[in-house]
Amino acid sequence: MNAKTLFEKVWEQHEVVPETADTPAVLYIDLHLIHEVTSPQAFSLLRSKGLKVRRTDRTLATMDHSTPTDPDEVSGRVPIKVESAARQVKELEKNCREFGIELLGLDSDHRGIVHVIGPELGATQPGKTIVCGDSHTATHGAFGALAFGIGTTEVGHVLATQCLLQRRPKTLAINVSGRLPEGVTAKDLILAIIGKIGVSGGTGHVIEYRGTAIEALSMDERMTVCNMSIEAGARAGMVAPDETTFEYLKGRRFAPKGADWDRAVERWCTLRTDPGAKFDREVDIDANALEPMITYGTHPGMVIPISGIVPDAANDPVHAKALDYMGLNAGERLLGKPINVVFIGSCTNARLSDLELAARVLKGRKVARGVRMLVVPGSQQVKREAEARGLAKIFVEAGAEWRESGCSMCIGMNGDVVGKGEYAVSTSNRNFEGRQGKGSRTFLASPATAAAAAIAGHVTDPREFLAEFKSVVHS
Amino acid sequence: MEPVRSIESRTVVLPFTNIDTDQIIPARFLTTTTKEGLGQRAFADWRYDASGAPKPDFILNKPEAQGCSILVAGRNFGCGSSREHAPWALLDFGFRAVISTEIADIFRNNSLKNGLVPVVIDERSHEWLLNNPGANVRIDVENATVHLPTGESVKFPIEAFARYCLVNGIDELGFLLKQDEAISRYEQEHA
Ligand code: SF4
Repeated sequence: MNAKTLFEKVWEQHEVVPETADTPAVLYIDLHLIHEVTSPQAFSLLRSKGLKVRRTDRTLATMDHSTPTDPDEVSGRVPIKVESAARQVKELEKNCREFGIELLGLDSDHRGIVHVIGPELGATQPGKTIVCGDSHTATHGAFGALAFGIGTTEVGHVLATQCLLQRRPKTLAINVSGRLPEGVTAKDLILAIIGKIGVSGGTGHVIEYRGTAIEALSMDERMTVCNMSIEAGARAGMVAPDETTFEYLKGRRFAPKGADWDRAVERWCTLRTDPGAKFDREVDIDANALEPMITYGTHPGMVIPISGIVPDAANDPVHAKALDYMGLNAGERLLGKPINVVFIGSCTNARLSDLELAARVLKGRKVARGVRMLVVPGSQQVKREAEARGLAKIFVEAGAEWRESGCSMCIGMNGDVVGKGEYAVSTSNRNFEGRQGKGSRTFLASPATAAAAAIAGHVTDPREFLAEFKSVVHS
Repeated sequence: MEPVRSIESRTVVLPFTNIDTDQIIPARFLTTTTKEGLGQRAFADWRYDASGAPKPDFILNKPEAQGCSILVAGRNFGCGSSREHAPWALLDFGFRAVISTEIADIFRNNSLKNGLVPVVIDERSHEWLLNNPGANVRIDVENATVHLPTGESVKFPIEAFARYCLVNGIDELGFLLKQDEAISRYEQEHA
């Protein structure tokens, strides 16, 4: 038998019809996650063709992108301010009712950002094919699933047939040796990777993250890494499942139970790249050499170590345009740069461990005067746990706003926005022009770096704060 | 879908690299539940000033851009969010094809499904196109060839099935629905 990569194994297990020179493969989809923004037109398509949803049992809906995070709006005490968002929420409720799909709606205890709740409910499992009308679907690859974002037309295809037409992508191994140093997080790692391979470095590829530094990561951290695969242009990112994965999944709502669990684990153990299997490309990274990272420009590849300087790219009009938008000069340090907003949230960094890290920095401290800090848990479950563990109290006492779950300021289409010209240190994944609100300027960083900036009122190295509070915190 | 066999038009050039879908259509316009009217919002943050008035110096607002159906853009066009609103907005604006040296995966997929032709060409031809905005270009989809006004023709890669669908106006859903038997068999075997 020839040696295969993890990706190849999962792909081949889902070929309903293999690809030929003339036609792409018909690929079976095990789990289809939907949300309010990219689904309405797909349901309209189904309706216009008189089609049903083929597998409602493999389809799960939630609302996250346009939903408010203000507790009063969520509870219905006051109406949803963004009126068109309110319409989308209604539309998804209606579509799910009509087509018989389980919806974790605004009133559900299990609602949250689609890429946070899939894993949390145990719906995300090794070896599955998972799609969603959202590019950060790559997150679920942390479990050894093949998970990727699709457009609305394809959402319609999957609803109607549970399949997609796909050409087989290429494979890229990112080998991360060593171990992340103290104070350097999974977010810093993925930012460094994107900085190294570029924002289109992964185009046409599925990445497998491997090596000792990856194996040492928790599931939350692996999700942070896989989440931003799309920011390197990759279709998907994957990590081979192991004991860490199984331990995370055991007992969750959709995870197999009893004898089924044992059989599943046995099957999942085969999901690793065979020795000698070939990738189309390989890239090596040494985790030992990494520092906290921060972006300075208008795409995630414009990134430097926190102590670095804004690079000079003389004669590059695109670089100049980005610096002009950001109000920065080449040669400038970001350390000490005053900021206006800190956002802790998004499918990249709003799981419990992210909030713990931020709280560890914030505990007993105050958010600097003039800085607005928003902490938005990735799901209602994360919210409850953070409250139970006293994290929410730390945030509120520090002067941060503690919100209901949702995408919030990551995308700025739900009422939570960074103002024009304002600087935000954000734990989200995109620093594109206007991403967090028209004219907003984003520095992407880890929850530790974001929390440290909130206290200092300017960009600062989080390691000082982490060292100081190391002993105070449980883990 | 209407068949797309050939597109001939003057070009509009946006020379920037890494134009992401948040620029093509900012997120605040995604709260729509239809596809209509998105052309007005295409590149909204580059096109309009704070009061909502069109910026006269932005290329899409210039008279010479009107009626053009081919967009030439810098490397890695369409990266970022998977929003299909991006190709919808470009089509609604009047574009029928995008030419670059690199086009992001999901955007390319989404474009093909809506009859917007993603054309990836070599750097030299791309350079020429960037330097000659308004050039009259013909894209022959059937033969996967771009004809430049210099007389040069350049081949471009396009997945065979996607081309077949474009040229014949076939929508992929019809093809997938015909696989019903194979899908049912797969479901039985993997139940
Ligand atoms: S948190 Fe941000 S990146 Fe993640 S799904 Fe929501 S909008 Fe997309």
